[in-house]
Amino acid sequence: MENEVFIKAENLSYAYEEDDGTPQKAVLRGVSLEIKKGEYVAILGHNGSGKSTFAKLLNMILVPDSGRLWVAGHELTSETFDEKELLEVRRKIGMVFQNPDNQLVATVVEEDVAFGPENIGVPSKEIRERVDKALETVGMTEYARHSPDRLSGGQKQRVAIAGIIAMMPECMVLDEATAMLDPVGRREVMDTVDRLRAEKGITVLNITHHMNEAVRADRVIVINDGKIYMDGTPDQVFARAKELEAVGLEVPQCTALIDALREKGVRIEGKSTTPEACADLLTRFLKKS
Amino acid sequence: MKNIALGQYYPTGSVIHRADPRMKLILAVLFIVCTFLCKNIYSFGAILLASVLLVLVSRIPLKTVLRSIRALLFIMIFTLVINVFMTKGEVLLFEWKFIHIYREGIVNACFMLVRIFALIIGTSILLTYTTTPIALTDAIESLLSPLKKIKLPIHEFAMMMTIALRFIPTLMEETEKIMAAQKARGADFTNGSLIKRAKALIPILIPLFVSAFRRADELSVAMECRCYHGGEGRTSMRVLKYRASDFLLFLAFAALCAGLIALNLLKTPFAL
Repeated sequence: MENEVFIKAENLSYAYEEDDGTPQKAVLRGVSLEIKKGEYVAILGHNGSGKSTFAKLLNMILVPDSGRLWVAGHELTSETFDEKELLEVRRKIGMVFQNPDNQLVATVVEEDVAFGPENIGVPSKEIRERVDKALETVGMTEYARHSPDRLSGGQKQRVAIAGIIAMMPECMVLDEATAMLDPVGRREVMDTVDRLRAEKGITVLNITHHMNEAVRADRVIVINDGKIYMDGTPDQVFARAKELEAVGLEVPQCTALIDALREKGVRIEGKSTTPEACADLLTRFLKKS
Repeated sequence: MKNIALGQYYPTGSVIHRADPRMKLILAVLFIVCTFLCKNIYSFGAILLASVLLVLVSRIPLKTVLRSIRALLFIMIFTLVINVFMTKGEVLLFEWKFIHIYREGIVNACFMLVRIFALIIGTSILLTYTTTPIALTDAIESLLSPLKKIKLPIHEFAMMMTIALRFIPTLMEETEKIMAAQKARGADFTNGSLIKRAKALIPILIPLFVSAFRRADELSVAMECRCYHGGEGRTSMRVLKYRASDFLLFLAFAALCAGLIALNLLKTPFAL
């Protein structure tokens, strides 16, 4: 199970169309990758690099112009792909979007969490159980009867995540889900994601441009200009600071700090992508000298 | 503006609160019919009594109920005045130049007042104060569902209502933000002629519309991602169920109806 491929893309291309139907410049130009079941992948890239478009291909909100795509054992690009399979894929892949306001449907929190299960025809009694459990998982049980418009941004995103958990997905895609949140809200959401991974072992794709979030992942994929630019562990990717800067991305602050010290001639060994690792390196260095 | 109450749901846990929203909707219609059945002083007295009884049973403070009546005070006074001065009858009570007031006019005016009062009490106690908007939407969808057979988009209508309710506060907040932004740029919404003030609203409405469309676009994608594909094969977390108490309520209202018709037969000079 561990090494089962969950998402496989072969040479995917996509171009948005003008209003008159003529294609614009391609946003995705031959993306090939494999993501395994249970992996935690961060997808980085500056605005317009095609990272959100890639996410929208995964559950057929957009259909690729060319290339092949498999998700959770279904080939989305096959001729025989039908409505039933589509719903199954959308159930397996939950998406959380950027604007917390524009993805909540109902006037009561628990009603909103129930929206997904209701759509796929889960029996009433089971919906109730799933909703209660999902709200508990994201720590929003006490807000079950509240109206979503009184919640903070981070709480709304947690409700959105609960709405996805209630559908029992295999993968969760966060499409810049923390971009509109304050630091507190961002931490709430990322901690919830971490907990979900620990408890349910679901695959997570976090599309972001916050480097501090990317370092939490097992694997970082950098997309630039519609192509995969880098792919590796956070340590591997952030070690190539110069190349990241060339495509308009920064390395995490702690990595940048160590790099800057090294450039000035301070001889620090090791890698740092998280504040903890960075503090560790610095104390060890100071003790040595 | 942010604290606007959506509906005026006032939870007290009374029998009426717990009743099935579909039954309440039916009863509200029945009560409206009742108010129009009244023909003489006995039946109007009975409907007035029934309204007061309804308030007591719902356990909603009289003050709260009277507040909702205050909003319609103007209409009530207007009807009163029109009826007093415009009704022609046989027993002249007062005459001055062109003003003639007949006894029938005063009786009519009082009847109309009672009728409006009962209408407001009936609908607000049975629906707005005791039923959440979401329960009401459910009830409407459920009651109208037979119309799906003739291809009327009942589910879609209910969904639209839910989404509208969901986005009213969000759009209110947005309007406030845009107004603040325009004020910061020197816009003036409070001075000048009516036309000038109306024109000042255009820079608020245009961004509001643009953003509403963008929201609609994002929401539709989010809904599709959550497997929304119309009402077909859809289940619901809440299941509406009629209980014995709902039928008892119905019987009470039916008795009221029958009682009013009987009271109408009594002879009295105070009749419509």
